[in-house]
Parts: sequence; structure tokens; C-alpha cells
Amino acid sequence: MIEGDAVRPRRWLEQLIGVALLGCALVSILTTVGIGVLLVIEAAQFFREVSVVEFLTGTKWSPKLSSEFGILPLLCGTLLVTGGSAVIALPIGLLSAIYLSEYASNSVREIIKPVLEVLAGIPSVVFGYLAIVTVSPAIRSVFPSAGVFNAASASVVVGFMVLPMVISLSEDVIRSVPRSLREAAYALGATKLDVTVRVVVPAAISGIVAAFLLALSRAIGETMAVALAAGNTPKITLNPLESVQTMTAYIVQVSQGDTPAGTLEYRTIFAVGLALFVTTMFLNILAQWFVARVREKYE
Amino acid sequence: MSQAESNAYHRRRALLSRAFAVVCLAATAVCVLVLVVLIWEILWQGLPWLNASFLTSFPSRFPEKAGIAPALASSLWLILLTALFSVPIGVGTAVYLEEYAQASRWRKLVQLNIANLAGVPSIVYGILGLGLFVRALALERSILAGALTLTLVVLPIVILAAQESLRAVPGSIRHASYALGATRWQTVWYQVLPAATPGIMTGVILAISRAVGEAAPLVAMGAAAFITFVPVSPADEFSALPVVIFDWASRPQPEFHHVAAAAIVVLLTVLILLNATAVYVRYRYGQRIRW
Repeated sequence: MIEGDAVRPRRWLEQLIGVALLGCALVSILTTVGIGVLLVIEAAQFFREVSVVEFLTGTKWSPKLSSEFGILPLLCGTLLVTGGSAVIALPIGLLSAIYLSEYASNSVREIIKPVLEVLAGIPSVVFGYLAIVTVSPAIRSVFPSAGVFNAASASVVVGFMVLPMVISLSEDVIRSVPRSLREAAYALGATKLDVTVRVVVPAAISGIVAAFLLALSRAIGETMAVALAAGNTPKITLNPLESVQTMTAYIVQVSQGDTPAGTLEYRTIFAVGLALFVTTMFLNILAQWFVARVREKYE
Repeated sequence: MSQAESNAYHRRRALLSRAFAVVCLAATAVCVLVLVVLIWEILWQGLPWLNASFLTSFPSRFPEKAGIAPALASSLWLILLTALFSVPIGVGTAVYLEEYAQASRWRKLVQLNIANLAGVPSIVYGILGLGLFVRALALERSILAGALTLTLVVLPIVILAAQESLRAVPGSIRHASYALGATRWQTVWYQVLPAATPGIMTGVILAISRAVGEAAPLVAMGAAAFITFVPVSPADEFSALPVVIFDWASRPQPEFHHVAAAAIVVLLTVLILLNATAVYVRYRYGQRIRW
């Protein structure tokens, strides 16, 4: 027996709820549109005063002192830190993922998985603190020429920040390689090393590449740790012991000062933000393309 | 190949294989080591500076007098408001995608868009918050603007977690509900959502802990590191734990590094409490449901 209004179907209410839920979904679409429109409008204002060519090819970034707006030094800083973090996160991450998927017993995995989750949940600013207080002094004791702020210490902590992500994404794809492939290789007399390196990893390579790309994108967008550790010296260098400035760190630097809205310096945030958004978006879409390739293969 | 050569060859391969296993184990050990060093350093640097007056006093130029009262209060405000905004919108989107939208181009587009938003650097959301909430909507640098910005940051995480929980509810439950004459919304509200609630709550709590630790979007939209009052309304100016940590860690005096470490201990405690709640919810309510 049905009682009360609560359970009696009402058509208009059903439709209203459908519309409301659609509205919720529109928020995420509008967020993307909002980011795009805002960045493009403000960056367009910026490019009215600074030519796109100067922005993309200029080798000096000094918006305040000499009004030079070449993004290459910021790009170089970002690539230096990201490259350094990749050197740490990709090999360690892939080897750990192989260990967890192919070697570890269930009980070991039960311990490591939560450790990785905790590591992944530690805020970026905490890693930045660690870079300044622990990593940078350690680097300076080995390389006395290193500055207090240096790209290497930022690379190290960013590497460890993206490590859990590399591990969990790669482990998922490595684990999803069909058992039959491994068994076929063993039947041919392969050792575990042969099976892992010549069969399992090649079979999972698309997914591993996707994991690497997503990690790189995370590293490029990483902000607080880099702003604390890498310094604020925009320059073109490949020496990790020097202080550099990344795109994200520049945005933080400008935001911290009270830059009045509408000035050219204020608009640099949006131009640099646009460059950052486009780069990470490109890597993310590329990663999704690789993920789709894995799905085609095994599902 | 003689028998002896063959034996040596196989031994070498077996040895190589075992060496590789050790290398993989070492790589995994690095992850554990990093976490241990991180926690050790922070406790060692921060604990001696942590006391009751640190929690109740205001930021100061003098490290020994500095406290986190405004930052802690701001962070609690941000947690509350971000949860308030992101839960209905996020769960609503998930319900729309899983229970309402037909498999179509449009659904694919929304899904792809959410996956992409999850990969947008948080500082870009800060720029959006600055342009949209702080300037265009003239909310100024208020707690409300901060919470709205953080909502956009965590929304993709909430949506993806809620979708996963909804997908885990068996189709038979929905079919049974429809068979009894329930409408779509009645099925969702009385059957699917209650069954998915533990999973959704776990996802929401994890998303909120992400928001608590985010400094980049707040710094980009202009959150202050130095405020001298405890915010009491969503329109007040605000600070946040990760923002003051950033400020203190970036100062040259080593004393401020200790203060930053003490604030990190507080931040990590808040995160541990949130995660413990998530584990409790998963354990306590996850058990009741048996398909």
C-alpha cells in the first residue's frame, strides 16, 4: 500500500529533477568554457601590446624592470624541473609498478598500497618545505656550487610527488596484461626477467606511456613545491644547480604582489596561464589517446 | 653448446632474473623511505614548536609569537563551504551521467571534459577564480570566492568517485524498483543513492582533503598569509593553512622554517582526521550492504 505524497509519481517533478541534474553537469562544461574564454580574452588584451612572436621567441623575461616578455626562460625552467623529475619518477615508478604487479606478495602489496596513497595525499606545499629544509642542503653539501634555490631540489621533490601516480597507473595496466601471455612465455623456457621485460612491459606499453604523460603533465602544472624550491630567476639554462623560474612559479610571484587589475603585468598571468593550460591539456589528451589504444587491445 | 656451457648460461639467466627482482624491490623501498624521511623531518622540526598558543595566536613578525588561529579557522570555513558546494553539484552530475543521460555523443563529451578538467593544473583554477569570482562577480578576496574556486578544483574528483560508486550498484536493484512502478527519480533517490552513499562519501572526503592541502589556487586568487583576525563570515578576507605554510617556508630565517613545520603538523593532522573518517565510513557502512 502506497501512502503519502512522497512516493506518488509526479511528472513535473520528475522533469524538473532531470533538468536540475543536467544543470549540474553543465557546471563542468561551463568551467572549461570559463577557463578558455577568460584566458583567451585576457591574453588577447596582452597580445595587443606584446606581439605573439616576441612572446614565443623572446629570450628574456623581465616584465617589471625592462618590459621584456619572452616566455622561453620560463618554459626552459619548467622543462628543466619537469625533465629532472621525470628522471626520478619514471624509472623508479615503472620498476615499483613491476614489483607490485609481478613480484610482490599480497601482504606486501597491502602495506605498499596505503603508503603510496598517503604519499599521493601529501600537499604540494609540504614537499616544497622538504625541498628547502632537507633536499637543497643535501644537494649543496655534494655540489657546493649549487644555489640555495636550485632546479635540482625542485626536480627531486616533484619527482617524488608524481611517483605514486606513475606507480598506480602503470601497475593497473601491467596487471591487466592477460595471464595467458605470461604462461606462453614461461612455457618457452623464459625466466621471470624475460617474461617481464620482453612480454609484459611491451604488451602494456601504451598504458605505461599514458601514465608517463599524465605524470609529466602533473609535473608541469606543479606549483607550490616549485615556487618554494626553484627560486624566482627566469633564465635559459640547463644547469640544474642554478635557480630558475617556472611558468607556475611566475604566476605565484605576481599574485603575491599587489598587481592592479588591467595592467600589462596583471595580464601576463593570463598569457602564461594560457601557455600552461594548452601544454598540460595537450599532454592529457595525448595520454587519453594512448589509454584508448590499450582498451582496443584487451577489452 | 656443451652441457656445462648450457648450465652456466641458465645459471646466469636465473641470477640476472633474481637481480632484477632486487632492483624492483629497491625502487619500491625508495617510496617507503621517502614517506618515512618526510614525516620524520617534519615531526623533528615542528613538534618542539607546537603548543596551545601556536593554535590560538595570530601571525607575527616574530617566529616565537606566530600562530595559526586565522589560518586554521579559514581552512575549516573552506572545508565546510567547499563540501557544501561540491557535493550536490558533483553527485548531481554523476547521477545525470550514470542514470539519466543516454549513451550519446553529448554524454561522451561531458565525460571527456571531466577527465580533462581533472588534469588541469590547480593554479589555472586559481586564475579562473581570480578573473571570475574575485573580479567579475566582485566577491573580492573572500572565503566565499576561495571556496568556489576550490569547488571547481575538486569537482572532477567528486564526480569521478560518485560515478564509480553508482556504477557498482547492481542493475537488478534498479530493475526491481522499476518493476514495482517507481519512476526514475524514485529509483535513484530511494534505491541507488542510499546503496552508493558509502562510496560517494569516501570519495567526497578524499576530495575535500585534496582541497585542504591546496595552496596554489588560493595564492593565485590572492588569499592573504597575514591576517590579524579570525574570519567569522563567508564574506571575510581569509588565509589558509597551506598558504601560511608557504609564506613561512619561503622566509630566509630558519626559525620560520620550524614554525612552518609546526603548521604542517597541524595540516597533516587535519588530513589524517579526514582520511580516518573516510576509512571509518567505508568500513562501518560498507558492511551493511550485501548484494
